[in-house]
Amino acid sequence: MKMTRREFVKNNAIAATATAAGVTIPGIKDVLAVSEDKIRWDKAPCRFCGTGCSVLVGTQNDKIVATQGDPDAPVNRGLNCIKGYFLSKIMYGKDRLTKPLLRKTNGVYDKEGEFEEVSWDEAFDIMAVKWKEALKNDMAANKGKPADKITSTVGMFGSGQWTIFEGYAASKLMKAGFRSNHIDPNARHCMASAVGAFIRGFGSDEPMGCYDDLEHADAFVLWGSNMAEMHPILWTRITDTRLTKKDSEVHVLSTFKHRSFDLADNGMVFTPQTDMVILNYIANYIIQNKAYNKSFMDKHVNFKKTTTDIGYGLRPEHELEKKRTGTGGKLSGISFEEYAKSVEKYTLEYASKLSGVPEKNLLRLAKLYAHPTKKITSLWTMGFNQHTRGVWTNGLMYNVHLLTGKISQPGNGPFSLTGQPSACGTAREVGTFSHRLPADYVVKKKAHRDFAEKIWELPEGTIPGKPGYHAVLQNRMLKDSKLNVYWVMCNNNVQAAANLNEETMPGYRNPDNFIVTSDPYPTVTAIASDLILPTSMWTEKEGAYGNAERRTQFWRQQVSAPGESKSDLWQLMEFSKRFKMEEVWPADLLAKSPQYKGKTLFNVLFENGQVNKFKKQVVTDDRGNKYQNDEMEDFGFYPQKGLFEEYRRFQLEGVKKGHEQADFDTYHKVRGLRWPVVNGKETLWRYAEGYDSYVKKGEGFKFYGQKDGRANIITAPYEPAAESPDAEYDLWLSTGRVLEHWHSGSMTRRVPELYRAFPDAVVFMHPEDAKARGLRRGLTAKIISRRGEVECQVETRGRNRPPKGLVFVPWFDAGRLINKVTLDATDPLSKETDYKKCAIKIEKA
Amino acid sequence: MSSTTNKTLQSRRRFLENISRAAGGAALFGIGLGLYSQQSKSLPSTAIRPPGVDNEGDFLSACVRCGLCVRDCPYDTLKLSSLGENVTLGTPYFDARKIPCEMCEDIPCVKACPTGALDPELTNIDDARMGLAVLIDQEACIAFQGLRCEVCYNVCPVRDKAISINRSHNIRTGKHALFIPVVHSSDCTGCGKCEHACILEEAAIKVLPTKLAKGELGHHYRLSWEEKDKAGKSLVTPDLEHKYNLPEGTRYDYEGEGLIQPEVTPFNESAIDRLNKGR
Repeated sequence: MKMTRREFVKNNAIAATATAAGVTIPGIKDVLAVSEDKIRWDKAPCRFCGTGCSVLVGTQNDKIVATQGDPDAPVNRGLNCIKGYFLSKIMYGKDRLTKPLLRKTNGVYDKEGEFEEVSWDEAFDIMAVKWKEALKNDMAANKGKPADKITSTVGMFGSGQWTIFEGYAASKLMKAGFRSNHIDPNARHCMASAVGAFIRGFGSDEPMGCYDDLEHADAFVLWGSNMAEMHPILWTRITDTRLTKKDSEVHVLSTFKHRSFDLADNGMVFTPQTDMVILNYIANYIIQNKAYNKSFMDKHVNFKKTTTDIGYGLRPEHELEKKRTGTGGKLSGISFEEYAKSVEKYTLEYASKLSGVPEKNLLRLAKLYAHPTKKITSLWTMGFNQHTRGVWTNGLMYNVHLLTGKISQPGNGPFSLTGQPSACGTAREVGTFSHRLPADYVVKKKAHRDFAEKIWELPEGTIPGKPGYHAVLQNRMLKDSKLNVYWVMCNNNVQAAANLNEETMPGYRNPDNFIVTSDPYPTVTAIASDLILPTSMWTEKEGAYGNAERRTQFWRQQVSAPGESKSDLWQLMEFSKRFKMEEVWPADLLAKSPQYKGKTLFNVLFENGQVNKFKKQVVTDDRGNKYQNDEMEDFGFYPQKGLFEEYRRFQLEGVKKGHEQADFDTYHKVRGLRWPVVNGKETLWRYAEGYDSYVKKGEGFKFYGQKDGRANIITAPYEPAAESPDAEYDLWLSTGRVLEHWHSGSMTRRVPELYRAFPDAVVFMHPEDAKARGLRRGLTAKIISRRGEVECQVETRGRNRPPKGLVFVPWFDAGRLINKVTLDATDPLSKETDYKKCAIKIEKA
Repeated sequence: MSSTTNKTLQSRRRFLENISRAAGGAALFGIGLGLYSQQSKSLPSTAIRPPGVDNEGDFLSACVRCGLCVRDCPYDTLKLSSLGENVTLGTPYFDARKIPCEMCEDIPCVKACPTGALDPELTNIDDARMGLAVLIDQEACIAFQGLRCEVCYNVCPVRDKAISINRSHNIRTGKHALFIPVVHSSDCTGCGKCEHACILEEAAIKVLPTKLAKGELGHHYRLSWEEKDKAGKSLVTPDLEHKYNLPEGTRYDYEGEGLIQPEVTPFNESAIDRLNKGR
């Protein structure tokens, strides 16, 4: 136990008192005997958001007894938010799962049975039976089909909270092993639109800037981000800049007032979906006032337009999908003049009318972007990304920065923040999406598949060429019995996915399907499954995360996992031992690599001379401490190191440059490095001469992700939301998070202090909206949509202050599942759900 | 560490030791003499009362210990003190750390009071003054160390009025502002939601009876900016316009920034001058 100075003083005082009074207090001597140096301290990134604060983890007797913000970490300099403050408690919830649990009746698996404890052997036995049955069906269905036509009934839903190694192993197991691209991460729900726009605009994923922008900028604009609560430590940096830098300013845009408005010099509440109008207006203002940077545009920018009226990513039989006239995201070249013409109608009057934001506020914002020298950092998260036109809207933001050349320079740039600790490091960089391969390669390009097959030493045609089912489609396909065996890892998608009643639950409970969930806790998703696997979390395993500023951070295993819990990595690799190659690959494919005949999937994927290259060793630090590594113990080699070094070959040996990471051992010695790491040097601002080693002297800028080195300004019009309020469903519903709880609350709600600080979800609403429905603060409201209803208490005085006509409900509460109400409309390009807009009504419960 | 800080620390430590020694002694003594004798009379009341109590003395003389307010409290916040508690026997009070006041709009406890001990004229719960929240331990409060907590602020039903956040530069890290909660007695009702929600093992913010918590400015002094705000103008005739000897391009903002120097660029002179110089 770590003793603070106060406790020390207190204990001494108690002891002194006891002595003075002539009594002995049991245990007090033991407390005093504990000294600081019995705690082993080591570094790890925080388990929660994409900020990537570093913490020091204090371990004693195989238990984490304390943490502290890492004073030497450049991101947080010793600070934490309230979630980070409680990191030491997240692994010790009373209901930690410690044994595999299978639904059974009379001793045998039964989808309608009760959960019973089983051994890992029994768990993997039943899984293997189900998987092999599905694979057999798949092989029959795919007979004679080329790689780009094959289908699969095997699926996996992964995570932006997986470690880099886990994401990489999962992707390889699915795409190369089971030959299924139906693997997608929960990052689909949060970052897919950002990715889409990065690829369209710059040909390479992830931000050009870094957190140093927060000190260098003169002005910050928040677009659909409540950083004050969701990125608390980054917000302290913006606040500090605002307080200490002369003439600095903060603009905040949202569909409701929230904590970030407290710092706003120019706060703007706009009608949902009209962010597109405001962005096009700013572009128009810049052009009309000739505030654009002509020489930058001439050298570094192309103009494009996109296909329009592309629908809402709903099921094809939905009315809205029948009405649409366009499909997909095809770009065609246009001139600057044509681009200028396309934004001409977005005048100040028009933008103000549609958005509901007063003209003077919009004008102030436009003038800021048009200012010749002011350095501006624009920041956003789910407001832009969870948007049925998310890719377009991200792109409209890039347009503004590209028009003015305010990009890739200290303090100047658009910055897409991430929600999960490794949305960047794992989901995006490793490519655990249904259409991606590691390091920005994609499955649909044959050359990319060939490259991956070369590194993975697979016969040509192993990796399927058709993008798999994305997150939302996976739920629909489960319901439609097109996906039959399904492994959910490191996420809580039954709680997280939209339209729980109509799409998610029916798929999980579909008798044709076998659903497995790996989790440390009995989440809503675990309960909806057929088999639950107890899983190690955070520092119960060696890991690596990548944060929003491209910083890769590693940690060592600090403690053992409870009971029979095993890491996702162990589960993925161990399960692969259950398959003979003949059971997963058809004979004609196997004939191309006869050396794999009779081998197991484990032999081919993980004992390939690369992943098992590094022999078992003792993990140590520079202070002489020794650390366990359970996976190394079990497999007899250092799998994390082997997987990472194999993954790096994608960065080093391919045609795509600019994703390079340092070698495995380096990361254990540093507090993260921002990639691309070239010749041992980090990259702070990508695409800019002097800062990025891929930009030659004299080029100024080079957006080298694109063939011609030019970024795309892509025009896109305002198109309405999928579902807007009407006479019956008369309110907008937006969902999101609160500071105290992280995502589905599976960790934070098990910390008593955090639970007490924000126990249950409430509906934040305008007091007059409440009054009009016979409600007031503290009463229970029924929130009803066309898809379902949920009850929660009314909050009219809280931290979020919605305008009339809109309510906000956080989704962390497993007891009040707001996703029964939400609509599964998605951006047809990014396939990301719009959790910020659907129509509801509210009644007194 | 400076010698002053050292001294402060030492004296604080000594203070703590003495306090605990005294507390220990008192406890032992108490056990010996029985619980009842050390009750209300010997100690100042630290009990937090229901809404509608202005003055502890008046309340105690009007309260008939009927318990109706306790019965009507929908959240089981209110309790009647019993033997062994540090509150006058049989009177209503609450322990905010356990169950805070939910500030019901219809104030059922006040309505239930048959004697007017809870002031029936209290009809707006925002006017209640059950006590005053005090951020009593600034050493333990993680906000003062720069961590992002603000739970007390976020749960406050009168937030931004009763508790606001004071932002200031963090000198230690140089780049992460501090978010410090500040309680305003003008609006704090003493409901205790902050004390209840405080995430520390022992709350750093506590509700105390207003009398204990509140300081008072000397009657001989006024805070000028507040007086000016109240009056809406300067209390003394505003100055004439000031004029200064200043180099060209420089301004002096008397009430604001002071000296304002021109921003220097290589192109300060007029275009024609520049052209004629042939550069």
